[in-house]
Amino acid sequence: MSKNLSEQRFGLFLILPSFFILALIALYPILRNLVLSFMEQGRFVGFSNFSALFQDERFRSVLINTAIFCLISVPLELILGLTFALVLHQKFFGRGFARAVSFLPWALPTAVMAVAWKWIFNDTYGVFNDILLRLHLIKEPLAWLGRPNLAFFCIVLAEVWKCTPFVTVIILAGLQTIPLELYEAIRVDGANSWQRFRLITLPLLKPAILVALIFRSIQAFGVFDSIWVLTGGGPGGSTEPISLYIYDTVFRYLKFNYAASMVCFSFIFFLLFILIIYLTFSRRQIEY
Amino acid sequence: MSIKNAPAYRQSNKKYRLAPLDSKHLTGLARIFFCLAIISMVVFNLAPFLWQFFSSLKNSKELYLVPVTYIPAKVSLTAYEKVISNPLFLRYFLNSVIVSIFTTFVTLSLASFAGYALSRLKLKFKTALQFLLLLACLFPQIIFLVPLYELMARFSLISKPLALVLPYVTFSLPLAIWMMTRFFLTIPKEIEEQAMVDGFKRLAILRKIILPLSWPALATTAILIFIGPFAWNEFLFSLSFMIKDTSKTVPVGIALLSGTSMYEIPWSQICAACVLTTLPLVLFVIIFERKIIEGLTRGAVKG
Repeated sequence: MSKNLSEQRFGLFLILPSFFILALIALYPILRNLVLSFMEQGRFVGFSNFSALFQDERFRSVLINTAIFCLISVPLELILGLTFALVLHQKFFGRGFARAVSFLPWALPTAVMAVAWKWIFNDTYGVFNDILLRLHLIKEPLAWLGRPNLAFFCIVLAEVWKCTPFVTVIILAGLQTIPLELYEAIRVDGANSWQRFRLITLPLLKPAILVALIFRSIQAFGVFDSIWVLTGGGPGGSTEPISLYIYDTVFRYLKFNYAASMVCFSFIFFLLFILIIYLTFSRRQIEY
Repeated sequence: MSIKNAPAYRQSNKKYRLAPLDSKHLTGLARIFFCLAIISMVVFNLAPFLWQFFSSLKNSKELYLVPVTYIPAKVSLTAYEKVISNPLFLRYFLNSVIVSIFTTFVTLSLASFAGYALSRLKLKFKTALQFLLLLACLFPQIIFLVPLYELMARFSLISKPLALVLPYVTFSLPLAIWMMTRFFLTIPKEIEEQAMVDGFKRLAILRKIILPLSWPALATTAILIFIGPFAWNEFLFSLSFMIKDTSKTVPVGIALLSGTSMYEIPWSQICAACVLTTLPLVLFVIIFERKIIEGLTRGAVKG
């Protein structure tokens, strides 16, 4: 009995610091957002911030931008990550180096690499224009960051480059749990490599893909660094995501409460988003 | 993050090979295709860094040459000299080093305590802690920005390193605790039970027996914290909480430099600064590749 009690105390002593800092820096802000969003200048104002939100053209446009950004970049990351993981799972000369390099973008500062991308996309001196010109894909240099559609392409490319490694690592981890016996068994049954992939690899990777999908969707929803550096939301707000608008609302317009209500609204959005993804992909799945 | 899906075959005691498929069985066209895939993958992932590297070695005349030259005709280190002799950049660098090292150290200590408790002891607040960890790793940073700014301002931490260390530790904790918990689960319980019989106190066991065994795991976790999104690499909080010029960290410093549209952007220095900031990480990842990738993927195998 006394041993149990001391174990409780000892355990509590060990987790208390983590518990405290998580509650203060992670839980408290989420709750505080909720309070702030119903207030204005220290007074309770009900839903007025939210009703202003629904009339805000810019808010609507950033929501759409963010949604399009997620819907394009996350599937691209998944496809690319899956391909990379399948390649890196094979044995070949120099695999260690290839793995290191494919992990690398995740380990580099997003903002700094966005600066690198900005130099690559530079309209006069950029290497991107130069490559396309040499391949005769374009006739004259394009202002990549100066035109809405092209700028959108740039931010998606930078994000896909940066975040694919995250997907690769998770899927690689999933691949390592699939025993080779299954492949041997199905090969005996006369399946070709596509069938092996479709019948064994893909179904058994489902949990890993789901984890990658959820994490990446949420993070892509909050994309900030690369867009702040590359386009600053421009040209004409065409690449502005929700997080940039929230940042501006806080630090340029100094409207804390309005920003908090935006956060709350998107928070609910996130939760719905996760729920939908989870429900669509977790059907017919053994204990996850 | 661990993938707990345990299909039936995992319960069987039959040993199964986890060795990856060998590419040697590929023949002819498939082999060429496979090699091309590897090469394009490596080029794709390395290209932006390499381009910064080559650009940083050009002299300012060659940098602004049209059409673009690829390998610098003459290697010039003037850009690096300028960056290194710039006191503001050195200050940014120093700030980043201080904040990242503090973050790594504090996170590591908290995570090893919590990981030990989660893996070894029967605890009442386990679920609550796991819920908090999930909150911290699931949501994007922007969600936390407004209240955290308010908090930092109230405790007058704006422009002080602590304003960054606190959130960085918090958001690094989920991965770190996950890594440490998984590691402690691999240490056989018998070692501790024997030590208990020998009359060791719990804290002494942790210090004298568990800690010496944990160095490899601690090193891997430290690397992951350092190169993760919340130490050396973080941007949003640093941009928001570090108002004073002398308190900024490297990513923000470089990003602000590239945004000065009023004057001509000093690209050669920016390229050199980018390389100086990222090179340590590149070397880190290439040297410790095995530790990092295994540390991140092994968990799935062990469940």
